Amino acid sequence: MNLDLTWMAWTWPTAAFFGTILFLLCGMAAWEFVSPGGNPRVGVLRFETTRGDRLFLSLLGSAFIHLAWLGLVGSNLWWALALSVVYAVGVFRYV
Amino acid sequence: MDKTWNNKAWFLVLPVLVLVAFSAVIPLMTVVNYSVQDTFGNNQFFWAGTEWFEELLSSDRFWEAMVRNLVFSFIILAIEVPLGIFIALNMPKKGWGVPVCLVLMALPLLIPWNVVGTIWQVFGRNDIGLLGYYVNALGIDYNYVQDPYDAWVTIIIMDVWHWTSLVVLLCYAGLVSIPDAFYQAAKIDGASRWAVFRYIQLPKMQRVLLIAVLLRFMDSFMIYTEPFVVTGGGPGNSTTFLSIDLVKTALGQFDLGPAAAMSLVYFLIILLLSWVFYTVMTNYDAER
Repeated sequence: MNLDLTWMAWTWPTAAFFGTILFLLCGMAAWEFVSPGGNPRVGVLRFETTRGDRLFLSLLGSAFIHLAWLGLVGSNLWWALALSVVYAVGVFRYV
Repeated sequence: MDKTWNNKAWFLVLPVLVLVAFSAVIPLMTVVNYSVQDTFGNNQFFWAGTEWFEELLSSDRFWEAMVRNLVFSFIILAIEVPLGIFIALNMPKKGWGVPVCLVLMALPLLIPWNVVGTIWQVFGRNDIGLLGYYVNALGIDYNYVQDPYDAWVTIIIMDVWHWTSLVVLLCYAGLVSIPDAFYQAAKIDGASRWAVFRYIQLPKMQRVLLIAVLLRFMDSFMIYTEPFVVTGGGPGNSTTFLSIDLVKTALGQFDLGPAAAMSLVYFLIILLLSWVFYTVMTNYDAER
């Protein structure tokens, strides 16, 4: 069977993007396997979040950071990526 | 007692994962791929990087559609929620009136969206439409085809007519679940009508109201069919909401790259708002 995926218009950068998301999800699954329960806790947002919630918030926030950078600063997104990593660490540490 | 932990249970969610992959994940991946490329047809793509996103974020057309969408959502929420509560409070709780009212309330919800649009398109016309003709006969200059203000009024009234019933039915479900003992206690205490509403009925309706607000906000934020059928986004761009703008870009101009970028930004906004509403609802449940 020849699986033709040209209609999806894949590119290396987008494949790398989805590969990273898949890698993160696999990492979360492994983390959950090692330490089950999702580590629920109440952080600065004053409501309970699990690891999955924190990953979701990190990814969603990172998307908006990148969009804001594109709209307000320019098309060089490496600084936006660095800012997103800092933001994600903050979310996993304090939320 | 500890719950039984069995990881094989994950296989039970496999069918739904496959379904979601085909209906949502694969199309979403394709949209992401399109958003960084340009195409002139024939399945040929050219790398465009972040160009479409930059163009979109600096586009007045996009932000104006976004503002229109937000304004529309807030207006219909400000009308439909209080009106829905008011109607639900005044609906009969016993007797033959209950099924009659419930059926009447459910009727607008059963009509397909494009039919609702067609009904109001004809209804509002000032030559053959009942509404348009008589409003003009009263001396009010009403023409939703030419006047942006009239177009907005028509679309808002249409949405209120179509969807207030949903709020009514949800609130009514909350109201009928209140035991009579609550009302009897309030009567013994000599509580006013307002006090009964404020301290008995409203708290009991809070959960269904949150669901109603969530559903109506999401639905109104994604509205497409009804305004498209009634006004086609006009006059000018006055009723062009994000979804209409998106379809114009993707199917009217066949600009798949910019349309994909717009879809992603639209998706992220919906995702953020859904998360906010979901968090509010689940935390409210947890507090209770």
